[in-house]
Amino acid sequence: MSFAAEPALGATATARRPPPGRGVLGRLARDPMGLAGLVLVCLVVGVALFAPWLAPQDPTRIDVARKFQGPSLAHWAGTDQLGRDLLSRIIHGARTALSIALGATGIAGACGLILGLVAGYGPRWLDAGLVLVFDALSSLPMVMFAMAVITVVGPGTGTLILVIVLVSVPGYARLIRAQTLALKGADFVLAERCIGASGTRIVLCHLLPNVAGPLVILISMDIPVVIMLEAGLSYLNLGVRPPTPSWGNILYDGYTSLRFAPSMIIAAGIPLILATLGFTFLGEGLRDALDPRLGYGAPR
Amino acid sequence: MSAPLIAPLIEAAGLSVAYRGEDGAPPLQALRAVSIAAEAGEVVGIVGESGCGKSTLAAALIGLLPGNAVVTAGTVRFRGTDFLALPEAGRRGLRGRHIAMAFQDPMTAFSPVLTIGTQLTDFQHHLAGQGRAARRARAGAMLARVGIADAARVLDHYPHELSGGMRQRAAIAAALLMTPEVLIADEPTTALDVTMEAQIIHLLRELRRDYHGAIIVVTHHLGVVGELCDRVHVLYAGEVVETALVDDLYHRPAHPYTRALIACDPAGLTGVTRPLPTIPGRVPELAPPPPGCAFAPRCTLATARCHIEAPPWVAVGPGQGARCHEARPRGCDPGGTDPKGADANGAIR
Amino acid sequence: MLSYAIRRVLLAFLILFVVMLAMYGMVFLVPGDPASVALGPRATPELKALLTARMGLDQPVAVQIWNFFRNAAAGDLGFDVWSRRPVLEVILEVFPRTLVLGLVALGWAVGLGVALGCLAVVWRGRPVDRLLGVLSVGMIAVPSFVVALYSLVIFSVWLGWLPAIGAGERGDFWGQARAVVLPAFAVGIGWVGYTARLVRAAMLEVMGASHIRTARAFGLPERIVVTKYALRVAIIPAIAIIAVGLGGILSSAVFVETVFSRPGIGTLITGAVQKRNYPVVMGTVLFMTAFYLLVVTLADLLIARLDPRVRDVLRG
Repeated sequence: MSFAAEPALGATATARRPPPGRGVLGRLARDPMGLAGLVLVCLVVGVALFAPWLAPQDPTRIDVARKFQGPSLAHWAGTDQLGRDLLSRIIHGARTALSIALGATGIAGACGLILGLVAGYGPRWLDAGLVLVFDALSSLPMVMFAMAVITVVGPGTGTLILVIVLVSVPGYARLIRAQTLALKGADFVLAERCIGASGTRIVLCHLLPNVAGPLVILISMDIPVVIMLEAGLSYLNLGVRPPTPSWGNILYDGYTSLRFAPSMIIAAGIPLILATLGFTFLGEGLRDALDPRLGYGAPR
Repeated sequence: MSAPLIAPLIEAAGLSVAYRGEDGAPPLQALRAVSIAAEAGEVVGIVGESGCGKSTLAAALIGLLPGNAVVTAGTVRFRGTDFLALPEAGRRGLRGRHIAMAFQDPMTAFSPVLTIGTQLTDFQHHLAGQGRAARRARAGAMLARVGIADAARVLDHYPHELSGGMRQRAAIAAALLMTPEVLIADEPTTALDVTMEAQIIHLLRELRRDYHGAIIVVTHHLGVVGELCDRVHVLYAGEVVETALVDDLYHRPAHPYTRALIACDPAGLTGVTRPLPTIPGRVPELAPPPPGCAFAPRCTLATARCHIEAPPWVAVGPGQGARCHEARPRGCDPGGTDPKGADANGAIR
Repeated sequence: MLSYAIRRVLLAFLILFVVMLAMYGMVFLVPGDPASVALGPRATPELKALLTARMGLDQPVAVQIWNFFRNAAAGDLGFDVWSRRPVLEVILEVFPRTLVLGLVALGWAVGLGVALGCLAVVWRGRPVDRLLGVLSVGMIAVPSFVVALYSLVIFSVWLGWLPAIGAGERGDFWGQARAVVLPAFAVGIGWVGYTARLVRAAMLEVMGASHIRTARAFGLPERIVVTKYALRVAIIPAIAIIAVGLGGILSSAVFVETVFSRPGIGTLITGAVQKRNYPVVMGTVLFMTAFYLLVVTLADLLIARLDPRVRDVLRG
C-alpha cells in the first residue's frame, strides 16, 4: 500500500499559483525598482528624442572667450575648455549613447537570431564549429577584444558598433541555439513536421514566440553594458570621434582640464550613471516579471 | 482505562497549523485539532496519505515548522512544558538532545560537502565539553551499533558514497547519538527498496528493545506500522480520524478510511486481483476545509449528513476511537460504551 | 579527476588557438598592409620595408602563420618596434601591477559581498534585505570608470587624501598601498553588489535544502548552520561565476588604470592602440586571454576539489 512519496515540508502546502498579473507592465509597475527603471529610461529616451528642442544651444558652437565657466543662468552646467555649453553637449550625448546602444544591440540581436538558427538547424559540424567560435569569442575579456578590433579597423563610431555586435552576438546566438535544439525534439514540432509544415512556419510560429521574451530581456540587460562601453571607449579616445558630443568625450575633456573645472566630470558622470542605473533596473524588473530563471548581469 | 496522573512525555494537544497562502490566497489548514501523545517505551505510528499533514505534524513536534506555517491553536508539550512557546534558543537546546529526528530521504538529509564523521560530530555539539575526538569516537560506535560494518572508515565518507540503506542507518544513528527521550522517524523506509526496508524495520525493532524513550514513526506505509508500533493514529486531511492499538486497527478498524487503507495494502491481498484496489477520489482541498466529514466524498458509507455535519469523535473500544458518524461503540466492550471515556479531541492515553 | 583536468586544459588551448587564428586573420582581412598602418603618416618606403621585414610580413602568409604559432608556443609574442624590446618582456614588466590591482579589488569586493549576502539571508524579507538588494543592483550598474573619475575628483583633487596618479615607487610599500586604494575601490565596487546577490541567491536555495533542516533539527546554532553548512555549499557556484567575472575585472582595470595613470596592462594596451602598435596589442590580448583561460580552468578544477560529488563523478 504505497502512495506517492510525500513532497518536502512546506511545499505540500504552499499554494502554487502565479502572482495575479495584469500584464508585464502591470507587474513591472508593482516592483518599485522596475518602476524607477522605467521612469529613468523614459527620461533618458525622452531627452534623446527631443535633444534639438531641449538643448539651449548648439552643442558644437565654440566660444573660447567663455571657457571653463561655472554654472550660470546662460549655461546651467557651465562651459567646457572651448566654451561650448555643457548642458547642450550632455543632452546631445544622450542621443549618441542611445542610438549606438539601440542600433548595435538591434543588429547583434538579428545576427544572433540568424547564427543561432543556423547552429541549431544546420549540420553537426557547423554547429560544433560555431559553438567553438562563440566560446572563444566570449572567453575573450570584452575590452581586450574591443582593443584588438579598434587597432585593426581604426577608431570611430562604425568600429564601436562592430565591436559591440561581435561581443554580444555569442550570447544571443547561444540562447537561440539552445531554444532551437529544445524545440527540434519537442513533440508538437514533430507533429507539425508530420503534417508537412515548412521550416519557415516552425521558426515563425513556434520558435520566435518562444525566444522573444528571453531575447528581449537579454538585450535590455546588455544595453547598460553597451552604454558603458561606448562612454568608456570614447573616454579613451577610441570611440566616438570629437566634436560629436558623447558622454565619454565630455568626461575625457573634463579629465584633461581637471585642474580648471573638476565639476565637468561630475556633471558628465550624472547622466551616464542615471542611464545605466535606469536600464539596469528596467532589465531586472523585466526579468523578474517575465522570466526569473535567467541569470544576473556581471558588473562593469 | 484511567486518566493519566502525570503529563505524557510528548504530546500535541488540539494542535492546528495553517500555511499562509501566497498573494491573498486563503490559508491552508494543514492540521486541525490534532491530539496525539507518546510515553516512554512505546512506539506510536502516524499514518496517512501524501498531503494529510503528517510531515507538518512531525515538524511541529520538533519545533521546525517552515516560515509560512502558523500555529492557530493548541500546543506541543514536552514533559509538560509548552515547546512552541519557548524562545528559539530554548527549543534549540531540546532539539537533538531530548527530541531527535531521523529524516526521510537520507539522500538529501546530510550535507553533501561534509563527511559523515564531521556531521555526526557536529550533531553532538551539546557535548562540546568532550572534545571532537571523543565525540567522533561516539559517532563511530553509534554507526557500528546501527549495523554499519567498518564504521571507522564510513566516518570519512561523504554521504553520496554510501548506499541508500547505509545512509538511512546513518540517519538513525545520528538521531540516537544523544540518546534522546523522543525519537521521531519521518518516513524511515520510503526511499528504500523492499530488502532494505525489511532491514531497517528489523533494526528499529532491535533498537526498541534497549531504547527506553518514545519512538514516533511517521509513515504512509501500513506495513511498517504493523511491524513496529504499539498504537496508531490515522491522519486524514489534517485530522486524526482513528486512533487504535495496532491489533485493533488491523482486525477491527472503525473508520471507513482505515478499512479502505487496509483493503489497499498489497501485502494483505490473498487472491489474484486485477486491478489493485484503490480508494477512489483524491485528498480534499484544505483551503478552506470542507464543512462535513473530509472523507465523505470518497466514502462508500457516506450519507447526506456526512457532507454537511462534522462527525464527532466516537470511542469504539478501549484505546480506540474514530471520527465518523457511522462508528458505533462495540457492544461487548464495557469501557467503550461511555462516550465521555475519551476526551473531545480524541487523545486516548 | 586527472582526465577531467586534461580535458579542461585541452579545451582552453583549443579556444586559445581559435582566438589566435582570428586575431591573425583579422590583420589580413583589413585593407592596407600593417606596416604602413602602424607607421602612419611618417611612413617612408625604407622605413616600411624595414618594418615589414622586422615583423616578418615579407614572407608567404602560410609561413607567417606557422612562425606566429611557433613563436607564440615558445613564449615569444613578437618584438615591440617602438621600445625595441620583446613584447613579452614589456607585458611582464607591467602585468604584476594589474594583477595586484585585480587581486586587491577582488579581495575586498568578494569579502564584503559574501558578508552582505549572508546578512541579507539572515534578514531575508526584511527592509535591510530589500535595501541591500537595490544597493547591490546600483553598485553593479554604475560603470567602474565613472566611479574612478568621481573618486579621483573627490579624494585626490578636492580632499587630497590619496595620490591621483601612478602606482607608487618601487620598494615603497606604503606609497604603493596608498596608490592602489582608489583604483581597487573603483574596480571592486561592482563586485561587491554582484557577489552579494550571488551569495544571497545561492544561500537562499541552500537554506531550503533538507540537510539544513537536519542541522537545525540537531539544534546546531544558527551561526554554524549558516557558515559551515549553508555557505560551504553555496560558495561553490559562486567561485565559478567570480572566476569567469575576472574577465570583467580586467576590462574595468583597463579604464581605471588609465584614469589614475597607473602603469599596467590597461595603460599599456590603451597607449598601444592609440599608436596602433600591432605587436603589443596582439601580444597583450593574447596574453590576457591566456591568463583569463588559466584562471577559469583553475576555478573549474578548484570546484571539482571543493565539491566531493563532482570530484567523484570525474574520478568515476
